[in-house]
Amino acid sequence: MNHTTAPFDTANLSRQLGRAQRRKQLRALALISPLLIFLLVFFMIPLGSLLTRAVENPEVANVLPRTGQALSDWDRSSAPPDEAFGAILQDLGAIEETSQAGVLARRLNSEVPGARSLVMGTYRALPLGEQLNPAQARAALSAHDERWEELPYWQAIAKNSERWTPDYLLASVDLRRDSQGHIESVDAEQAAFRGILIRTFEISLVVTVIALLMAYPLAYWLSTLPERRANLLLILVLLPFWTSVLVRIASWIVLLQNNGLVNRLLMWLGATDAPVPLLFNRVGVVIAMVHILLPFMILPLYSVMKTVPVNYMRAAISLGSSPLHAFAKVYLPQTYPGVAAGCLLVFITSIGYYVTPALLGGPADQMLSYYVAYYTNVEVNWGMASALGSVLLVTTLVLYGLYRKVTRSELSLG
Amino acid sequence: MKTKKMLALTATLAVALPALAQSGLTVVNFGGANGTAQQKAYIEPFEKANNTKVTMVEYNGEQARIKAMVEAKKVTWDVVEVESPDLNRGCDEGLFEKLDWSKVGNKADFQKAAVHDCGVGTFVWSTVMAYNADKIKNAPTSWADFWNVGKYPGKRGMRKGARYNLEFALMADGVKPADVYKVLATKDGADRAFKKMSELKPNIQWWEAGAQPPQFLVAGDVALSTVYNGRIDAAQREGRNLKINWVGSIYDLDYWVIPKGSPNKDAAHKFIALASTPQAQANYARNIAYGPTNNKALALLDAKVLGELPTAPANAKEALQFNIGFWADQGEALERRFASWAAQ
Repeated sequence: MNHTTAPFDTANLSRQLGRAQRRKQLRALALISPLLIFLLVFFMIPLGSLLTRAVENPEVANVLPRTGQALSDWDRSSAPPDEAFGAILQDLGAIEETSQAGVLARRLNSEVPGARSLVMGTYRALPLGEQLNPAQARAALSAHDERWEELPYWQAIAKNSERWTPDYLLASVDLRRDSQGHIESVDAEQAAFRGILIRTFEISLVVTVIALLMAYPLAYWLSTLPERRANLLLILVLLPFWTSVLVRIASWIVLLQNNGLVNRLLMWLGATDAPVPLLFNRVGVVIAMVHILLPFMILPLYSVMKTVPVNYMRAAISLGSSPLHAFAKVYLPQTYPGVAAGCLLVFITSIGYYVTPALLGGPADQMLSYYVAYYTNVEVNWGMASALGSVLLVTTLVLYGLYRKVTRSELSLG
Repeated sequence: MKTKKMLALTATLAVALPALAQSGLTVVNFGGANGTAQQKAYIEPFEKANNTKVTMVEYNGEQARIKAMVEAKKVTWDVVEVESPDLNRGCDEGLFEKLDWSKVGNKADFQKAAVHDCGVGTFVWSTVMAYNADKIKNAPTSWADFWNVGKYPGKRGMRKGARYNLEFALMADGVKPADVYKVLATKDGADRAFKKMSELKPNIQWWEAGAQPPQFLVAGDVALSTVYNGRIDAAQREGRNLKINWVGSIYDLDYWVIPKGSPNKDAAHKFIALASTPQAQANYARNIAYGPTNNKALALLDAKVLGELPTAPANAKEALQFNIGFWADQGEALERRFASWAAQ
């Protein structure tokens, strides 16, 4: 064969093909780029900064570099060396803006209650003397506030002199590092978050189970109806979905309060003499959450049930199976994907609930998000808020991993 | 052609809108009855005097908003009402401008607690015990009564959180108002307060928003409740027969501050100055029963209004001043303990 007279120039062809391929890829990229950029800017970057905030610990290292240095060889159980007193006086004296002292005071105070007034009080009283040597600095500090002789404050400074810390994450599961850096449980009376995490899962689980029990028969009924009637009823399912959550919660308050409709009905029926407490406890939270999340369960179930052929059940029954047995052996397994998708959706959405428990629950019904908001808004301790958020994120990811392992499939909504 | 016009219009708007937003003053407060009173006493007169527009924004005291604005150097709030613990903390951490007192007023005219580097106290409010006088005839007279479920059957409304409640618990346990913070600062004292809270726990109905307790009382959901005194005043104006017991109440101040980097610092100072005049403060107190911080305002008020204020001698006699320093140090630890306690 003579190459020079070949009807096709293969190199050129593959080049053209490659170009066409690239153009296609570029077009695909261009099509998804708005979403990609959106996700990157509004999801990945904030998520990354959340995770960094949870382990970042710059406050002490920035403001007290000399003190950190002076304490680096300290055994953290005997009295701190005089050099540390000299160094902290120098460090505090070198602060340019009050705000740095304030940030330092807040960081230390969340470790040792009282550190705020100690640090700010000392900072405001500066200078305590001219050209003090370490021993004089120690005397001056202790004379100003005798708490400078107490170990916990120094231990907190030494421990937080590193720029990164596991402390927030540990605290969000009720652990802490002792002065020597060993991990231990916090005192029983300060232990809160493990219980809150368990409670969060408990409430989410109860809501998921109730939602499933209520949604399954309804979705089944809907799937047997002719298209037009089913669509009409689906709109009724979706209607609450389109109403503001706050409006729905306010309506539940009206319905569930002591002299509300539900209680009056119960008393009229003679089911109870005194009003049953339905509000500001677990009952109210679960009722409202089930109501809000029900559509998330019904829709995946319905869409899966629509695809299950009716004939299978009929065949099973005509072959001698009892209807109940046929349902359990033939129908139910075919709806598992819908059940799994619905449960996962409802459960994961529940875990992050905040407004509903805040307004309808008591202090023993608050879920983890409430404390994320509390640390963000009230304490303005963003490290702690980020750590709690990370705990939520990790548990959600673990759950999703489990789901994929169990069902061996991606989350499908039918 | 049409699209070009649209583009031009959008571009103009994009340039003009931020400028518009900058021209007026933005005043942020807690809304509700308090916001309405401020609208009448401060914002409307300020708008008239300066021929400008004031935007009133409501918030719930979240300092995170201010912190985020100051850190991003995009401050859109000019004057903000903050509670006392936030005043100290925000001032320490550089969230607020240092006030130029020469533009605000004469320090000597104000109550001592109202004068601060970063803020000026704007009113005195109080957390009190209240009851529905239609339902309870023998008025409760102490926090021990509040804890006495036998004498006053029914639920108790309390604010969700440790603040105020621990103080009330100690007073119910026999601690004198003057000693409350001394006792609470010790480990034994905190234990004692939580133990006393546990006694009442099954009977407590918690509230979160200040508007809730008057509703609870009117609906009969609770027999007694802790509540901000201004909310009871507002309910009384609506014809509700709610009454206050002032013994052992805890009073505190709210302050005006200017977030650091506000582009309208001068106007903000002017607003604060107007809102701190005796006339404006007296007018405010006539609209809601919160006490003026400018001592000269008291002379302008008649006896009836004065008698409802937390600052009235009869009301303040056995009251306790909220200890900012104590809560700044111990707040985070006590609130965490409260969360742990509430879960048990």
